[in-house]
Amino acid sequence: MGTITTKGLTKKFGKLTAVDDLDLDIKEGEIFGLLGPNGAGKTTTISMLATLLAPTAGTATVANQDILQNPSKVREHIGIVFQDPSSDDILTGRENLYLHGLMYGVPRSIIPERIDAAFDLVQLTGREDDLVKTYSGGMRRRLELARGLLHHPEILFLDEPTLGLDPQTRKRIWEHIEKIVKDRKVTIILTTHYMEEADRLCDRLAIIDHGKIVALDTPNALKAQVGGDTVQMEVSDPERAAKELDKLECVSRCEIRENRLDVAVKDVAQNLPKVFAAAGEIANFSVRNTTLDDVFMHYTGYDIRDEGAEGTAKHMQRVMGIKR
Amino acid sequence: MNQLNGLYAIWLREVKVYFREYSRLIGSILTPLLWLLVLGKGIGASIDENEGFAGVPYEVFIFPGILTMTVLFQSVFYGLYIVWDRKIDFLKEVLAAPLNRSTVFLGKCLGGVTDSMIQVTIIIVLGFFIFPNLEYTLQSLMLVYLYLFLLAVIMTSLGLIIGSRMDSPEGFSLITSLVVFPMYFLSGALFLKKSLIDEAPIIYWLTAINPASYAVDAIRYTLIPEEIFLEFGLGRDLTVLIGFCIFLLALGTYCFKTMKL
Repeated sequence: MGTITTKGLTKKFGKLTAVDDLDLDIKEGEIFGLLGPNGAGKTTTISMLATLLAPTAGTATVANQDILQNPSKVREHIGIVFQDPSSDDILTGRENLYLHGLMYGVPRSIIPERIDAAFDLVQLTGREDDLVKTYSGGMRRRLELARGLLHHPEILFLDEPTLGLDPQTRKRIWEHIEKIVKDRKVTIILTTHYMEEADRLCDRLAIIDHGKIVALDTPNALKAQVGGDTVQMEVSDPERAAKELDKLECVSRCEIRENRLDVAVKDVAQNLPKVFAAAGEIANFSVRNTTLDDVFMHYTGYDIRDEGAEGTAKHMQRVMGIKR
Repeated sequence: MNQLNGLYAIWLREVKVYFREYSRLIGSILTPLLWLLVLGKGIGASIDENEGFAGVPYEVFIFPGILTMTVLFQSVFYGLYIVWDRKIDFLKEVLAAPLNRSTVFLGKCLGGVTDSMIQVTIIIVLGFFIFPNLEYTLQSLMLVYLYLFLLAVIMTSLGLIIGSRMDSPEGFSLITSLVVFPMYFLSGALFLKKSLIDEAPIIYWLTAINPASYAVDAIRYTLIPEEIFLEFGLGRDLTVLIGFCIFLLALGTYCFKTMKL
């Protein structure tokens, strides 16, 4: 069965804790998103679940098999599309898929029909016998998606499936992913830091930061938690305005960015006058619907991340920079 | 059965890639030819071959050594591909497959060995035309291939082992050169080892712990069956090479099991 359960899953690289005591329960047939800034531990988590990396502590059950006791059984039931290109560009698309089929134990006699079906699924029919180096980045991604499904896995890991692709290709890949879920009962674990992607595809998502889950729910529930739509205002005295706004019942959150205020307001149409009254002199304002971007920023802060996760001191700084 | 199919797939990939990279093929034939024709002729012209080499011309004398050299360098530098594959995500695709690490190692190893065997075949064919006096019979060729194969397994394993521990291609090349050049010079590819026994016993002792020496010994005596070229004996050559093979295949599997990605 395509379920995943992790218990206290932890990975340390020297002093750095990349994944910190992670408890997850992923149901069969759902698209589960792992969101987080760069270096939050998404890829490390996937690598451990795919038995490519041994955890420092804790364990996980993937497709009813323990990742520590039965790594090769786990690998029989999973497919992975990696973050970086992992197809051989000096081989043709068909050759790449054929070798994959052999390695993943697909009986030789049925590999050809599987390959045809896979090319059909990602709409690459006609390019099977071209060298992969003649493919565009998007085509290569689709080929790797097709390859990940060739052995009919119960669970498919997609690590940043649309990273660096243009909007058209991105949309196309989303459609492929949606088709996969509709046609076959595949559980999909997807990492991304495109919020639009997570919002469109994921049934549930976990926002992780510094190796820990900071929020986990359906996209809609997460948006609701952040508390209504966001009113952005430029005011003359943000400190004072924020203090006043915090007193209002309809304001669930108020954050100061230099002289601008981001105010989350419930039932914005009715409560806007109250907000304006509390804010004092307003130079400029705009209202927008809450997106997953707001949720993400709310939970992970506004600092730009380096590739690696950073220490606690910085984390504290960021937490304290957010006014509630 | 699945492991066998996987082994075949990994091997097939290496062979396909090899045949699509012509530059690798051409580059690796040019070097041995230079050694044979320039160095062999050059040194041969300035020494008296009747004295130490039973009248065998020097370029013929080093031909078995050059075959060995080809396998030495070609096989060990094959490990470089592991370093590259690890830098990109390609190796992950193989390691995420439901295959044992020993299967992955063996597949890669056989791929590298196949490359080397194709390479030496070209040189053996060239040798047939350049040096008509070499002993080319079905039996001698089978023996030559057997010893070259064993040496290729040893050197490919060594390359993969080093490759599985190195993060950068530069580091790999440096370490590998430090290993393979002494192995080459101490193999007796270019001289008779036994003439060192009295002159430089330490160097002789070093040649005796070098697996490449045993390959040179066996191949030279097989292709040029002169009593004077018999140093360790074919039986001992075979035993030593098989011993090294088993040890390095086991070590290689261990290294792949514990390899960092």
